[in-house]
Amino acid sequence: MKNRRNILIVIAALLALAIVTPYSSSYVITLITHALVFAILAMSLDLLLGYTGLPSLGQAAFLGMGAYLTAILAADYGFGLGWSFWVVIVLGMLLGAATAAFFGLFAIRATGVYFLMITLALGMCVWGLAYRWNSVTGGDNGINLPPRPEFGISLANDLTFFYVVFGFFVATLATLYVIVRSPFGRSLEGIRERELRMRILGYNTWLHKYIAYIIAGAFGGLAGVLWAQMNGLVSPEDVILTTSVDALLMVVLGGPGTLVGGAIGALVVTFLRDYLSTLVHWWQYVLGGVYVLTILYLPGGLIGIPARVRNWRARGKETSSSISLKEGRP
Amino acid sequence: MKAKITDRLGWMASVALFALGLGAGAPPATAAEELRIGFLAPLTGPFAQIGKDMVNGFQLYLDEAGGNFAGAKVTLIVEDGEGKPPVNVRKAEKLIRQDKVQMFIGGLLASTGYALAPVSTRHKTVYVSSIAAADDLTQRDSDKYPLLIRTGWTSSQPSHPFGQWACEQGYKKIVTIAADYAFGYEVVGGFQKAFEDCGGKVIQKMWPPLGTKDFGPFIPAIKKDTDAIFTLMVGPMALQLPKQLKDSGNKKPVIGGGTSYDEYVLPSMGDEVLGHVSALQYSAAIDTPKNAAFVKKYREKYGKVPSYYSESNYTTAQWIHEALKKTGGKWPGPEKFVQVMSQIQLDAVRGPVRLDEMRNPVHTIYIKKVEKKKMHGYPNDELWNSVIKSYPDVGQFWKYGKADFLKQPVYSRDYPPCKYCE
Repeated sequence: MKNRRNILIVIAALLALAIVTPYSSSYVITLITHALVFAILAMSLDLLLGYTGLPSLGQAAFLGMGAYLTAILAADYGFGLGWSFWVVIVLGMLLGAATAAFFGLFAIRATGVYFLMITLALGMCVWGLAYRWNSVTGGDNGINLPPRPEFGISLANDLTFFYVVFGFFVATLATLYVIVRSPFGRSLEGIRERELRMRILGYNTWLHKYIAYIIAGAFGGLAGVLWAQMNGLVSPEDVILTTSVDALLMVVLGGPGTLVGGAIGALVVTFLRDYLSTLVHWWQYVLGGVYVLTILYLPGGLIGIPARVRNWRARGKETSSSISLKEGRP
Repeated sequence: MKAKITDRLGWMASVALFALGLGAGAPPATAAEELRIGFLAPLTGPFAQIGKDMVNGFQLYLDEAGGNFAGAKVTLIVEDGEGKPPVNVRKAEKLIRQDKVQMFIGGLLASTGYALAPVSTRHKTVYVSSIAAADDLTQRDSDKYPLLIRTGWTSSQPSHPFGQWACEQGYKKIVTIAADYAFGYEVVGGFQKAFEDCGGKVIQKMWPPLGTKDFGPFIPAIKKDTDAIFTLMVGPMALQLPKQLKDSGNKKPVIGGGTSYDEYVLPSMGDEVLGHVSALQYSAAIDTPKNAAFVKKYREKYGKVPSYYSESNYTTAQWIHEALKKTGGKWPGPEKFVQVMSQIQLDAVRGPVRLDEMRNPVHTIYIKKVEKKKMHGYPNDELWNSVIKSYPDVGQFWKYGKADFLKQPVYSRDYPPCKYCE
């Protein structure tokens, strides 16, 4: 019952977003598109962080793989500018998955802080490649992409591009939702809660984590393809640690283990960073303040606010009624 | 049950509020006599101080003009690019879409220049690159960016005459130490080409990463038979290398690219840089009344000597003002504006400036030596970049001719090849 209500709320919010966006200014449309791309990245990370209990600091590596693949194919080979855009999407996801499959061999052995550090190191390897492999990646200068693909519809139109990204976002959300609700997803949660018990029950926990990591990599790659098309530029700056940290903070801010939380986090962070920064110069303090307050008072993330409010109201009623009861007694 | 309804109402309210927020970003209408200029500079992060110099330079001219360019009221909108190319692209998009600017100015790093140029083409908006010096923007790629004007310089532009100057000093062999990124490659590349074309030999090239603080691994490796050391440092690196060279007992002459000794770092330096020679299109010590007046105004207002970052943006503002004088204070549209800018011969603080046919400045290159002296009537002994030689009318192709120059690839880590390295 509660679950169905939540799904309805999410669908209503998505519909509202799809309907309202065309009426906003062209800059706000690009901001929302930007947030949606990062929402895909954040949700892919949530599969690891929220559901499997693996705090990864290397999610930008997958984004980078997808983005550089898109940029290199488009700029050097003119590939992916028509219907082949869809091929690039698939290739980007495959490359993300393959990278994760390779990194996973090293990373999945570790847990907790060690996992954090090893994914950080692997992420920096990708950054190093992007920065130093001049002949392929353009080094520090990055790669400028040709105009966005055209296949019947022109993605150069910001609104069209928004709807395409929106479509990918919804598809990602739905797919990941199905995954986390499946028996596989349930066993991931089991691993998060107590890996030893799952192992004793006969689950191959290594394999479960490995597969989750690969899925996260694939969706990270998808975010990368869209990111490259969104900015028209791929730079080592996109792959740097900050991007991974951003993704992590988005998930923590929105609420880990909820998928939607990552999307909310992405929206909030994008708007604070790209919109507030155009209004005031001390936007970084606001962002920092939001992080600190969320972690101190809302360990479950922003998505926990309605539940908190409900609890607080319920408790308020309880105490007031209990007080009146006490007073009623002699 | 009641609680649930209020909950749902809360959700709806928040969705509605969100929608309102989206609609509220309505674009401001551009008035006919208003000139809207976007300005991108790093205001946070390691390059924040340089960003401040950039904005101050532009603002100083704007204040002098009373915020009015030949009848057009100038609205300057400054955005923080954080020194990161992707952020600069997003902020440029914001300036164009939200603020409806007619042009945007700035960008610091060469990589930022390469990132911003396509934005100008995509949105048919003028981009005035006042600092970003990436060579190819006005060379091999200039056709792709018809709305780009450079008022600053190309990285290799001062290096060409500097290479010749090095030959004239009798240097035969030179070792280079330069920051490991595009700007470093281009500055060193230009120097190497000119120096080797007049008989010199670059015998070793070292590339410490951008932001290196400890040059311990590099200094002992410098070949002992070199006649001079060529450095190209950026930001805090510029402070460290001369100190560590001095501590190592180095007696060889040190010469370098302009940013190694620019007035942005010079006041923080000590006697270890005395006698070092560099080349750039500006020095605060240029002995002309125009420059003396500029230095005094700037120093009085901002408390420091202007760097080339300030001068370049001051001159950019002056240039735009001149262009608007020609159009009678009307915005002539992007293509026409580029055309008008290209025809202006400017009497700037740095000296006479004009644009070549690929919209890059042709101006004087100053060979400057760091000296401790009194200048412009200031009472104390200070470090100044004294001009020891000037090469007037230097364009980006030096004496090679446009066609021949463009045939060679852009200067990079591997070009020109180091023929005399072992």
